[in-house]
Amino acid sequence: MGKETVIPFGPQHPVLPEPIHLDLVLEDETVVEAIPSIGYIHRGLEKLVEKKDFQQYTYVAERICGICSFMHGMGYCMSVESIMGVQIPERAEFLRTIWAELSRLHSHMLWLGLLADALGFESLFMHSWRLREQILDIFEETTSGRVIFSVCDIGGVRKDIDSETLKKINSILDGFEQEVSEITKVFLNDSSVILRTQGLGVLSQQAAFDLGAVGPMARASGIDIDMRKSGYAAYGRLKMEPILETAGDCYARTSVRIKEVFQSLDLIRQCIALIPEGEIKVKVMGNPKGEYFTRLEQPRGEVLYYVKANGTKFLDRVRVRTPTFANIPALLETLKGCQLADVPVLILTIDPCISCTER
Amino acid sequence: MAQQTINTISANELLAYALRLKNTNHRMVAISCTTVENGIEMSYSFDGGNDFINLRFIAGPEDEIESISSIYPYSFLYENEIKELFGVNITGITPDYKDKLYKISVKTPFNMKEGDK
Amino acid sequence: MSFFSMTKTLIKSIFHGPYTVKYPLEKKESFPASRGRIEINIQDCIFCGLCARRCPTGAINIEKAESRWSINRLRCIQCSYCSEVCPKKCLKMSNNYTAPSFENVEDEYCNARVPDNKENNRNIAGAC
Repeated sequence: MGKETVIPFGPQHPVLPEPIHLDLVLEDETVVEAIPSIGYIHRGLEKLVEKKDFQQYTYVAERICGICSFMHGMGYCMSVESIMGVQIPERAEFLRTIWAELSRLHSHMLWLGLLADALGFESLFMHSWRLREQILDIFEETTSGRVIFSVCDIGGVRKDIDSETLKKINSILDGFEQEVSEITKVFLNDSSVILRTQGLGVLSQQAAFDLGAVGPMARASGIDIDMRKSGYAAYGRLKMEPILETAGDCYARTSVRIKEVFQSLDLIRQCIALIPEGEIKVKVMGNPKGEYFTRLEQPRGEVLYYVKANGTKFLDRVRVRTPTFANIPALLETLKGCQLADVPVLILTIDPCISCTER
Repeated sequence: MAQQTINTISANELLAYALRLKNTNHRMVAISCTTVENGIEMSYSFDGGNDFINLRFIAGPEDEIESISSIYPYSFLYENEIKELFGVNITGITPDYKDKLYKISVKTPFNMKEGDK
Repeated sequence: MSFFSMTKTLIKSIFHGPYTVKYPLEKKESFPASRGRIEINIQDCIFCGLCARRCPTGAINIEKAESRWSINRLRCIQCSYCSEVCPKKCLKMSNNYTAPSFENVEDEYCNARVPDNKENNRNIAGAC
């Protein structure tokens, strides 16, 4: 047994796009314990709801995070709509679903790039991000924002996509799919990638359940949780099955996310085929009163939105429990017993989004 | 969407309820807090696949709330967060980070009295 | 497991050349709907103050007495909520991005009776 050393990991580290700090207690090269501390980008957005009225807060909610921004806006809007008993038009439900799935695509492509970067595979990183650019262009064309869309509104959506653009999206996605399938082969088959990911950070099914993992992290361990199955927005009308893996290591998590890229492509195509004509927004009158819990599936997993309203235009409380927060206990557990050199890859495989976590 | 139920309980029944939910394979989703007039309203949310159960009670400023981390180990992160942001006195959290989880300059920013800075 | 699985993509890129543009020498064309910056047609403005009240960040300031409308460019988050609520539709989201700046810019527009009175429009393009 060696001497115990504490190595501070982060808040600034080449592999981390956002600041999180971990105190790694090491015995020789092996991690025995990891102690997290967050709060470097705590902005108090949940508290801001007392100063902004519920319509304005739509734009604040979207800015909780830059990657799953659309789903934050959507989760908030869905909560307020449920409290007020607003039924949004069907076309708006489909448009929301299309944008939500495109968000998942761009989030997963971003993550794949970051993983390649953490492994030191620079060209793979650049190619993943090059492909992601096509999705961002679709966003800019349809919602007029690249990452922050401000397109979701209480009562529906603010912008429509005409049928011509939908066709165009379809053809862009065809080209995207072809190129992505070449790239993803590298993640799944290349020997240098496999050596770094296979068998690393194994989380058994029981452990994942006991540690409350969500999203791809849980699905890679064989737990069948996917909030999209609950059928919010237009998901109830689409055919989809959660993607499950059983190995529970970094390779399985990569593979789940890659398969979800293709699943998202399939869902978008289904949406484009099924989207009905009609209104995109209903007028919302009055102020909300009541409370509601909404749960959605973000690219990183299940997010919980709790909104409590008191009948005035200022809400009492908005609470966001983001997937990264739920995945931290699982991360701390998988870090135990791994090598120091594997820590960056392991942290990356939970797809950490610290802005979300701290809000 | 799964049915949402809110059960109002008293603070000392929490562990018994949590244990019962654990035995029926419920997953803890989140612990949420709302500042209300006479303290802090705590909501423990659990998901059992088809149902979504919330345990709700109000923690007064002097109350001691027992941690459920012995039943749901991953509740430690939520409880540490609530302790630091809202100042609810939660006892017996394992591991207890002792106000070191959030690196912020203000103590309990979400539950400040008038005139606090 | 396989080796050289990346080769096909790499060879393709060699023939394709760079996918990026040489900013700032070359600029990527923005889409017609892109959100760049808020522009105002000051002649139509009635200084009702709706945009200033609705702005989530409080970037817009209005002084009704002096017929002055100003926007803090760095505070603006380009949500275009103001242009949506404007009763006279004189606010418009243009697709030109705000140029990078070294300081906090407060663009001010005054309602000048003479449209080309440069004195009164202490700002720039789009003012009159």
